[in-house]
Amino acid sequence: MQSRRATFRSRWLPYVLLAPQLLVTFVFFLWPAGQAVRQSFLREDPFGLSTRFVGLDNYTRLLQDPGYLNSFQVTLVFSVSVAALSIGLALLLAVSADRVIRGHRSYTTLLVWPYAVAPAVAGVLWWFMFNPTIGILPYLLDGLGYDWNDRLKAGDAMILVVLASAWKQVSYNFLFFLAGLQAIPQSLREAAAIDGAGPVKRFVTIVFPLLSPTTFFLLVVNVTYTMFETFAVIDATTGGGPAQATNILVYKVYQDGFIGLNLGSSAAQSVVLMGIVMALTFIQFRFIERRVQY
Amino acid sequence: MVEHRPVLTALAHAVLILGVLAVAFPVWLAFVASTHPSTTFLSGLVPLWPGDHWRETYGQMFGTGISTSGAPPLGLMMGNSLIMALSIALGKIAISILSAFAIVFFRFPFRHLAFWLIFVTLMLPVEVRIVPTFKVVADLGMLNSYAGLAVPLIASATATFLFRQFFLTIPDELVEAARIDGAGPLKFFRDILLPLSRTNMAALFVILFIYGWNQYIWPLIVTTDERLYTVVMGIKRMVDVADAEPQWNYVMATATLAMLPPVLVVVAMQRLFVKGLIEQEK
Repeated sequence: MQSRRATFRSRWLPYVLLAPQLLVTFVFFLWPAGQAVRQSFLREDPFGLSTRFVGLDNYTRLLQDPGYLNSFQVTLVFSVSVAALSIGLALLLAVSADRVIRGHRSYTTLLVWPYAVAPAVAGVLWWFMFNPTIGILPYLLDGLGYDWNDRLKAGDAMILVVLASAWKQVSYNFLFFLAGLQAIPQSLREAAAIDGAGPVKRFVTIVFPLLSPTTFFLLVVNVTYTMFETFAVIDATTGGGPAQATNILVYKVYQDGFIGLNLGSSAAQSVVLMGIVMALTFIQFRFIERRVQY
Repeated sequence: MVEHRPVLTALAHAVLILGVLAVAFPVWLAFVASTHPSTTFLSGLVPLWPGDHWRETYGQMFGTGISTSGAPPLGLMMGNSLIMALSIALGKIAISILSAFAIVFFRFPFRHLAFWLIFVTLMLPVEVRIVPTFKVVADLGMLNSYAGLAVPLIASATATFLFRQFFLTIPDELVEAARIDGAGPLKFFRDILLPLSRTNMAALFVILFIYGWNQYIWPLIVTTDERLYTVVMGIKRMVDVADAEPQWNYVMATATLAMLPPVLVVVAMQRLFVKGLIEQEK
């Protein structure tokens, strides 16, 4: 860890300054996380009268549970779709905004505000647009001969939550891509243009490779976003349904723990998720160290 | 732009305009829905142009709320959201700047441990440890209180890192000069560090205010008392009506007003917002 040369001397003051943060961290983060780990090795009877130690039984049951494996698959499809869609659209918009000279600031303003919309609200907005009876999009799809129903069809429900989540995330990715594009020295593009490379060739051989650190960073951030923050999108719209088709991992932890009251299984799922976040955070920080050199 | 290609520039404008429209469309529809009477939604299609019923809809939502779907008046929910967002944003900034100050400007045993403990919070989003955290808050008797809404969320690794990063750029000479002039650590903090951190605090505030306002799962589980509902979770309660279609005009009026404050903050303070967002990830 980096340190300063000049510091202050006090035996007690630093501890006092750190106390509030560490207290909150311990009481509301570390203790509950520890409880989740402990609980994941225990099983409670349905009335909560007795608990016993069951070793890794909660975990082995989890891995044999088709519902859990399904949830993994759903999460994978969901994360990849949201990340691909929102990164792709954001890149297209950022490249366009980078090209435009006039009005480039107003476009940015008009594109970034959805960042401020709560995921739950984003979900409700799209849910309304896709409402099978009165929504505008099913009406248009009906004209094309498609019978939309996100309450009955698994695929439709997935498309709904993917669109709602990607809609909100585009603005974030757009800002980072735009910053990345503006950091590319103009001389590189000019040199390529003088050598006869057209706009498409320049994008493929120069701009996109130079954006790859940004793209990779956004990929990690977007996967983290879809795995955790989209809880609200799911809860406000499909509620994990129909038939578990949109029951992503974080949603299942909540459902099994709060609604199903299967505490052992929910705790084991929490521990698995903590492992996933740790891996993602590790990747993110490894990468950022390299980005600084770059 | 390297060379003059009007076609490509026109295409770029077209893409951007389409993008802006696609991004705004769901919100426009929500606003339109809030201006029509509920009978419009019984059959047929959602209108695309505002109606003239907005006064009744918003009047009802602000006045009495909708008791049938358990939604308290909007003013109350917005007030709760504001209290929650401000407590989270200010709380996070306050405790993070103090811990960053301790970590950067002092040498003391367990300094590294403290840093890592704060770092770990980054890996424990509330969604992941929701059941045991709920239990802790319940055991502390903090359910259905403002403290229960805000305090469990105010630990912040990212804010601490941001301040730490900034403090590391402050020249040693400044610290030494302050010490020679007889300033103790607290005086140095108050008279030199705080004024220098003003921009960082403002940028962070914009991001954290949005974060706090948009909280969903946490208020949903810690409040059962209608007087403590926040507006974002209130929408969920209004949508969840058993065996009936939600009253769309009221739902969408609530959604519109739930979006308004954070969106205004982003638009009005765009420069600070971008700074906060990009620096937070460094």
